[in-house]
Amino acid sequence: MAALDTEVRDGVDRETVETVQSMAGTYKHGWNTDIEMEFAPKGLNEDIVRLISEKNGEPEWLLDWRLEAYRRWLTMESPDWAMLNVPGIDYQEQYYYAKPKSMIDKPKSLDEVDPKLLETYAKLGIPLKEQMLLAGVEGADEPRKVAVDAVFDSVSVGTTFKKELAAAGVIFCSISEAVQDHPELVKKYLGSVVPQNDNYFAALNSAVFSDGSFVYIPAGVKCPMELSTYFRINAENTGQFERTLIVAEKGSHVSYLEGCTAPKRDTAQLHAAVVEIVVLEDAEVKYSTVQNWFPGDEDGKGGIYNFVTKRADCREDRAKVMWTQVETGSAITWKYPSCILRGDDTQGEFYSIAIANNWQQADTGTKMVHLGKRTKSRIVSKGISAGHAQNTYRGLVSMHPKARDSRNYTQCDSLLIGDLCGAHTVPYIEVKNASSRVEHEATTSKVDDDQLFYCRQRGMDEEEAVALVVNGFCKEVLQELPMEFAMEAQALVAISLEGSVG
Amino acid sequence: MMPKAKLKAQKQTRAAELVQPLPEGGAWVTRARDAALARWSDMGAPLKRDEYWKYTDPRALIAEESLQADLLDTGSEAPVFDAFDRVKLVFVDGVFDAAASDALALDGVELELLADATKADLHWAREVFGTLEARAQSPVERPLASFNTAYATQGVLIRVTGTPAKPISLIYRRSAEDADAMLHHVIRVEAGAEVTLLENGPLAARSNTVIEAEIGEGATLHHIRSQGRDHARLSAAHIFVRLSAGAQLKSFTLTVNGALTRNEAQVWLDGADGSAHLAGASVGDGAFHADDTVFVAHNAPGCESRQVYKKVLRHGAVGVFQGKILVDRLAQKTDGYQISQALLLDEDAQFLAKPELEIYADDVKCSHGSTSGEIDSTQLYYLRARGIPDAEAKMLLVLAFLAEALDEIADTELAGDLRDRLEAWLQRHK
Repeated sequence: MAALDTEVRDGVDRETVETVQSMAGTYKHGWNTDIEMEFAPKGLNEDIVRLISEKNGEPEWLLDWRLEAYRRWLTMESPDWAMLNVPGIDYQEQYYYAKPKSMIDKPKSLDEVDPKLLETYAKLGIPLKEQMLLAGVEGADEPRKVAVDAVFDSVSVGTTFKKELAAAGVIFCSISEAVQDHPELVKKYLGSVVPQNDNYFAALNSAVFSDGSFVYIPAGVKCPMELSTYFRINAENTGQFERTLIVAEKGSHVSYLEGCTAPKRDTAQLHAAVVEIVVLEDAEVKYSTVQNWFPGDEDGKGGIYNFVTKRADCREDRAKVMWTQVETGSAITWKYPSCILRGDDTQGEFYSIAIANNWQQADTGTKMVHLGKRTKSRIVSKGISAGHAQNTYRGLVSMHPKARDSRNYTQCDSLLIGDLCGAHTVPYIEVKNASSRVEHEATTSKVDDDQLFYCRQRGMDEEEAVALVVNGFCKEVLQELPMEFAMEAQALVAISLEGSVG
Repeated sequence: MMPKAKLKAQKQTRAAELVQPLPEGGAWVTRARDAALARWSDMGAPLKRDEYWKYTDPRALIAEESLQADLLDTGSEAPVFDAFDRVKLVFVDGVFDAAASDALALDGVELELLADATKADLHWAREVFGTLEARAQSPVERPLASFNTAYATQGVLIRVTGTPAKPISLIYRRSAEDADAMLHHVIRVEAGAEVTLLENGPLAARSNTVIEAEIGEGATLHHIRSQGRDHARLSAAHIFVRLSAGAQLKSFTLTVNGALTRNEAQVWLDGADGSAHLAGASVGDGAFHADDTVFVAHNAPGCESRQVYKKVLRHGAVGVFQGKILVDRLAQKTDGYQISQALLLDEDAQFLAKPELEIYADDVKCSHGSTSGEIDSTQLYYLRARGIPDAEAKMLLVLAFLAEALDEIADTELAGDLRDRLEAWLQRHK
């Protein structure tokens, strides 16, 4: 950031410099909340699985389910096909359960929650008071309500707007509460999209998952507000293994947002989440993520290892799902939000921005599995690499013999900033019927010199100009995000690229 | 999921079962064969579980059971390229047939049979034979090519010093229904030289071929291969090419019929401003499985590469394309292009593709595209509206679809010959 340390040059106003400076602060959420925690003993074995289940007061069937997953996990090998250099992870050196002491007796309402926890979320800009709104949207004519489930390490701190949602019939709570209050729903759908032994990390998650959100939208209901979960990893050497389950009944609609951050630490931390979405007839789910886990420092020290399995099952006709992700954080990202287009006329969409700077590694993309007739999918992926980072798009488009008259369009663009990074595209295209049309396009280039020159001429410094050009490059994805997220994402794009030029 | 160690052991066991005593030869070739056998034993035989055999089952290519592939009667039809003046080298069931061949003489070229060259203790070919194959084992293993280096005794060594007046033509013929053949050709095109290599005809019931080519500074190699209309053919063909500064490669393959065809290409652009164009057209009907696995590595600045692959498939035919453009950090100003397209003529056909980009340099222009679908109904309607019968109109569209790949052939007369053949075959099967 040499350019910003120098004095204001001719023709550049103070405000411009300040704006850029404010964006350029390194990882913004790297602070840590000093709070007393209760940990399960370090390491992983059947007793730990039992302990987690017991802490959550789970029924027998769920414990058995966890143990089965754990036993399967023991027989599996960590996947090595991604273009990632993953240092060996010592699964016995991690804590699998961490809970703030103040949460042991579950507070009855948000008012009883430890102020330190509330402060944490306030500092992150996450409104846990219902009268508050997401940062960045004050002054909007019609205040938009967003219900939040806040997860701190292994537990859910609280969920807002529960009453209002309940009035509409919507269930929005932590998965641990759902196990208590709606066991029949959890039992019916848990593992039905991502089975316990789906992959190495899904099996690990199934064994030790702690908290996460549960969403149930009854038939015909359009969820009255956006739902959001905010994940915060705080404790050191603690893995986070949240599990999210969303069920959209016939004809329902919901938009769900997910955000995440973690403190700056020298040692890497493990995050292995599973998200399952069940979409029934005519229902529509929109799932947006801004992933901003700590990416490690400029030398690649620390950071989150993010191994995530996300899948939506469009089980019945005309179901629709849309994944939008902005991946700026994590030292390592291994994530492929997928759509199973089972019903006829179902639709899946995937919009992604993945930014890797410094020593980050990202291997991310999607799977579109077309099983039903006249199913449609669309993939737009924008990858940006800078510093020493490696960024891979990996995707599958599969047209089964019965998926007649289906359609896929894929566009993957990569941008390289500097000659020490890498951008890769690994699509798998499997077409097993003639009436379906599949189109895949990918490009790789650098930031256009002409565009940079134009911006620089108008007084922007190089870094700011790059941020603007990159935002333009990402536009197609950014515009798919809900408004609050779009603003955050736009700023994040700039921050993530900090230090990548000059 | 099978643990990796177990899979590796399985591959090595299968490889060991196929090991036989190495052929006799002089010092240079013995060294190369020993090393190749060691690679084969270490890598193991290919299995369906290998990432790059995901879409093609290699079992038939390494199975020990006796082969039985009927000979195809092509009637009065003259073989491809028959009308052209060229130096003919004929291999029958994978063995050189001196009587059917022309004399091994052509101005600007040294031609020698591998069987003769391997008797010597020292030979220029040692710098290429087995060397490019060994290099081609990374990033993706190609054990069948190592197996070929170890055991092939037939093939031709071509050293091009000038610009010969006519093409060198390798003609393959089959006489046995159960022959297994292995050919290994080595080509060195010296600086500034230019040559055209043609290959055509059915080689054997089952074949494994390797071409290793070294193209010197400013030199050019044209390679045109027509993989015959042999229905039962099982074939694994490899071409490994290294290009020096300013060198050019143009390689085209026509694949018609064949039960299982795997064409592997690995090209290294090692010198600045080189150019490599690889193209393929395949037409499959019924029990047809054709796989093009093409890797182009840009290791120097200012190079250009194109991959153009077109597949027309029907009645259960399967087309596979696995391609990669790999751009090294040093290869700034790279221009890389790759297109793979399939036209599926009925619901049973399949197209499986993995078109990859792996890029470590920032000032590059790389793109790829891949499409699959049926004949465009608007185009068909347009032709029908002008009074062209349905079958005729479809054939025209199929030919137009394949044209982009054929256009990669520099010699328009040779390209025209292939186009006429294609048209005649399509006409017969429309």
